[in-house]
Amino acid sequence: MKVSDLGRKNLAFRLARGGLALRISPFTVRIRSGISEVADGIATCYADYELLPDGAFIDFHIRLDPPSGLRRWFRPQVVFHFDSAQPFYPLPYEQAFPFLEWGLNWCIAQTTLQFVVVHSAVVERGGDAVILPGPAGTGKSTLCAGLVMAGWRLLSDELALIDARTGLVTPVPRPISLKNESIDVIRIAYPDAILGPVAPHTRKGRLAHLRPPADSVARAGERARLRWIVIPHYVPDSQAAFSPCPKGPAFMRLAGDAFNYAGLGEFAFQDLVQTVDRCECLNFQYGRIDEAAISFDRTLMGHS
Amino acid sequence: MLTKVLADIQSITGFDESQWDVVVRQARSAVLLSRLASLTKAAGLLPVIPEGPRRHLESAARAGAAHGLSVRRETLLLLESMRGVAPLLLLKGAAYEFAGLPTAEGRLFGDLDILVPRDKLEEVESVLMRAGWVTTSHNDYDQRYYRRWMHELPPLQQISRGTILDVHHAISPPTGRIRADSKAMMDSAVPVDKVDGLYVLAPVDMLLHSATHLFQEGELDHGLRDLVDIDGLLRHYGARPGFWDQLVPRAQEVGLARPLFYALRYAAMILDTPIRQGVMSAAKVGAPTRPTQALMDFLYVRALRPNHPTSSDGWTPVARWILYVRAHWLRMPLPLLAYHLTRKALVKSDRQVEAPVGQPDERPAREA
Repeated sequence: MKVSDLGRKNLAFRLARGGLALRISPFTVRIRSGISEVADGIATCYADYELLPDGAFIDFHIRLDPPSGLRRWFRPQVVFHFDSAQPFYPLPYEQAFPFLEWGLNWCIAQTTLQFVVVHSAVVERGGDAVILPGPAGTGKSTLCAGLVMAGWRLLSDELALIDARTGLVTPVPRPISLKNESIDVIRIAYPDAILGPVAPHTRKGRLAHLRPPADSVARAGERARLRWIVIPHYVPDSQAAFSPCPKGPAFMRLAGDAFNYAGLGEFAFQDLVQTVDRCECLNFQYGRIDEAAISFDRTLMGHS
Repeated sequence: MLTKVLADIQSITGFDESQWDVVVRQARSAVLLSRLASLTKAAGLLPVIPEGPRRHLESAARAGAAHGLSVRRETLLLLESMRGVAPLLLLKGAAYEFAGLPTAEGRLFGDLDILVPRDKLEEVESVLMRAGWVTTSHNDYDQRYYRRWMHELPPLQQISRGTILDVHHAISPPTGRIRADSKAMMDSAVPVDKVDGLYVLAPVDMLLHSATHLFQEGELDHGLRDLVDIDGLLRHYGARPGFWDQLVPRAQEVGLARPLFYALRYAAMILDTPIRQGVMSAAKVGAPTRPTQALMDFLYVRALRPNHPTSSDGWTPVARWILYVRAHWLRMPLPLLAYHLTRKALVKSDRQVEAPVGQPDERPAREA
């Protein structure tokens, strides 16, 4: 049974009461929240995700609720609970769904030290995966959304779970977070794209999540061989173009973007050295999303 | 549930997914997930664990191994800075690591602890400062409080690596009701194999220090982990000739019979730690009066559970709070305690409320 099989009312009821247990492959998550924005976001963005039976092992017990006390009513806030802990300061109430997404990223990065976890989008075609590392503002998520809409399989928009020994990436397909103008860019370029609720005033500006393709969710169990590291640079009005990236800077980029570098210490260093050694490293400059997707197919797939 | 598993690791065979759900959550909140991973690995039980919980144990095992490496590296750097000034005497987690104790495997801890003779304190502080260790407290009152009434300096932090260092100058506070003979314990410290200039407390003293830390200091958020240390020390050193015979006499000699009594009692009660015959009754020289003991049993049995809703009853937070107040009571005479608490109540701390993870500026939620 999937989230979409539950009626909207039933979904909200389950979320508010015992919690909704989902397979967000490779993880299992139980989400509890009485907040309707959370139910909206889940109904839209997690429609194709499988519900879990009672008694299943749950990786992350998550609860999003207003704080007790004054901030429940006065400029209301929302608190993120990871099991019995509250790892973050509260956020404004209307950011409840983005908070779920950010919080879940953190839970995964903190507890998945068998992999080096890099802040990066990952897409795959023909069994080969490309990771797109980069902080916000480099066009990582927009590029990821464009590639996915053009038929690449989504492995993740945020987290590359890299097994350095095998060179395989474990997919963790989740909604793609789009910011500010990107929301409109994707809406215009791909009218079929399904977007969740828009949070207008986050620290990163206006934010909305794109529902991942059903096929990517269904194939989440298929790992992919990591073949390219492509560092995206969005440059308005530029022509799409690849250029080689030396291994040193590529390593520094991954190290800077690895969520669990501190926890893994020396292991993270070794894992990333192996990973960079194994991959072809490229810079990619682009100005238009449709051109970018064509350029990816031509350059990366053309050589394969 | 977790305490049962720690006492008998074989009990995990046959756990279903919902039982694992509780064990993993309790172990995570008790900072014992890595320890649990080492125990299951050592018992050869990893393959019988369902995939979901097994992945958490594998992750935690790697975190534990990475932690061990960084503790070793940090200690060796510290040793270089202190060379020629004072011998480096490790306490607690780092000591267990270098003493090669099985309990060190998978033990996560936040800071390094070292013990320095009081008369070397100034010199040590200045070499540490030159090596980039700076104080985390810029408040005059805190500085005075730690120096005059406590047994350690305000925590130091390494400016480029972020590691926290606690410099102790005694085993217990000089104003406390229980005053350990720190000098006798320092004098009996033993060198660490193959690392010149590095010392740890002698086995019996190491156990006594661990007991003092848990049963006098009142910080019980990681109480179960600290009890697991005591259990590990007793099992490991208990196999050495002479250990059990020295335990009670040494505790009396250095003034730590009371914490030893509690350590033996609750390790046996909660973790089934084997205690050599006769030692428990000998340790009763450190026992409190009967009513006090009944109260302590009530409090510690609750406070030493994993810090998780599935293992707490309504009394658990109360028990932790009472023991915290008790620790302050033990630490200083009443007039001083009254002064300290009044001062704390009236003068607002210059620090922000501590975030559970990271500092306010490095909020862990990455938005992207």
